Amino acid sequence: MITTNELTKAYGGHLTVDRVSLQARPGRVTGFLGPNGAGKSTTLRMVVGLTRPTSGTATIDGRRFVDLPNAGREVGVLLDAAAQHAGRTGREVLTIAARTMGLPTDRVDRMLDLVSLTGAEGERRVRNYSLGMRQRLGIATALVGEPQALILDEPANGLDPAGIRWMRDLLRGYADRGGTVLLSSHLLHEIEIIADDLVVIGNGRIVAQGTKTELLQAAGTVVRTPDLAALEAAMRTAGVRATRSGDGALRTEADLGLVGEIARKAGVALTELRTADAAGLEEMFLELTATTQREGAAA
Amino acid sequence: MTATTVDRAPRARVLADPVPLSRLTAVELRKMFDTRSGFWLMASIVISALIATIALIVFAPDDELTYASFGKAIAYPMLVILPMIALLSVTSEWSQRSGLTTFTLIPHRGRVITAKAVASISIGVASMVLALAIGALGNLVGTAITGTPAVWDVSLAESSYIVLGNLLGLMSGFMLGVLIRSSPGAIVAYFVYTFALTPLFILLANSQAWFHDSRAWIDVNFAQAPLFMFDGAVTGEQWANIGFTGAFWLVIPLAVGLRQVLRTEVT
Repeated sequence: MITTNELTKAYGGHLTVDRVSLQARPGRVTGFLGPNGAGKSTTLRMVVGLTRPTSGTATIDGRRFVDLPNAGREVGVLLDAAAQHAGRTGREVLTIAARTMGLPTDRVDRMLDLVSLTGAEGERRVRNYSLGMRQRLGIATALVGEPQALILDEPANGLDPAGIRWMRDLLRGYADRGGTVLLSSHLLHEIEIIADDLVVIGNGRIVAQGTKTELLQAAGTVVRTPDLAALEAAMRTAGVRATRSGDGALRTEADLGLVGEIARKAGVALTELRTADAAGLEEMFLELTATTQREGAAA
Repeated sequence: MTATTVDRAPRARVLADPVPLSRLTAVELRKMFDTRSGFWLMASIVISALIATIALIVFAPDDELTYASFGKAIAYPMLVILPMIALLSVTSEWSQRSGLTTFTLIPHRGRVITAKAVASISIGVASMVLALAIGALGNLVGTAITGTPAVWDVSLAESSYIVLGNLLGLMSGFMLGVLIRSSPGAIVAYFVYTFALTPLFILLANSQAWFHDSRAWIDVNFAQAPLFMFDGAVTGEQWANIGFTGAFWLVIPLAVGLRQVLRTEVT
């Protein structure tokens, strides 16, 4: 279990991370979602002790990261796949990690296998690796100590669609065996496929968190009817805010039951009534982060 | 999506033994050799010692083929290479950003830096022993070629002085690595520290009488010079000079650098 409690980091007077409290539980994949510059990386770096929090605490199963006697055996960390010594071979990077943890180096080959780096690729120097290969190597380094928890910052960066699918399966299996996974991303669709729990951060603050199912439900309802105006009027009367989406449907934050009830009372026939689901989550994400998003930011 | 704490892999907590310093030092030693540049830097110790020895045999007049000459000729390139080895072992964690992994595997930066210091000093001692052995071989071969008697004009104490002098040089490179934490910056600083300061201090000593008199208490390279002279025992005052300048030019900046290493962010 990874826990942060009111974790805060101020640079100068600016709060990059503002009282972030989150939990990543065993057996679950927790997605840490937010636009670039929202404070995800700073939060993760504070968890692993690379950055000193201004205030607040972060613990792994109740202990601070720096108090872990052999950190690599308890928490696998990948913060930046580009941060590898360019002059070492992939195999050497893994060997150093294994030796630091006091592990037999025969595990190195198994790890290369696990992340689908061939023997020849393992002998190449990291400077000749693509970003995708570096991500695989970074994940292998995180996993070599057979830790119970993983902390991964934007692990899907640079992976091709097949690579993303591979990583998703890998992390799913890891969590299903009881591992704790905390991974960050700025891409919603990437994270909603794999995460069980979501923590959404914007401008250093948590703006939403819960299980994915909860957040999907909270994302609202989509309803369709031939008599749009009548339904709109009925919803207005009932005090339910609704907006027309571009494709001729109505979207509202009210849940399915309430919308159905309103439609029945108004005598409006429905052609579709469903939760907003992924599209809704996307809209929620954009909405939640719109106020905190940098002006005209490109991802 | 409801896979809560199911069949958790049976992992015993006791597996996580603390990482001993000896293991960290062994890893740091390995890291000094496992890149091409690291390997050739190490190889350059042997290569430069051989070149210096051969050059002395070829170019030096016969009467200068003494062990002291070989010792000096070999010690000089060491004074550049050893500090670079120590310096780069520190700065590469920042310049290559491998520190991100190193300092999360071992979240105690002081232990990592200690391991690097022990590894660097071990390399320094081994290199100097090797260099002095190559020098001895050169002395034997050189005098055999010229047919002159081999002159062993270096005492054990004098040999240990030059080893100490080189270790102090190595530690000044290490200090600059810790203080600056960037390979190019620290290398430039090292050359300013050792080679650019000296002519400035000479100028100052020639123009200012007070500096001329107190130079051994200020100029660290000047204070350490007796260690490289093969000129008899180092006097008590000379030791005091070495200690005093060492505290000022080495220990204090190293302490400042260590404090920064422990406190600053690793990015």
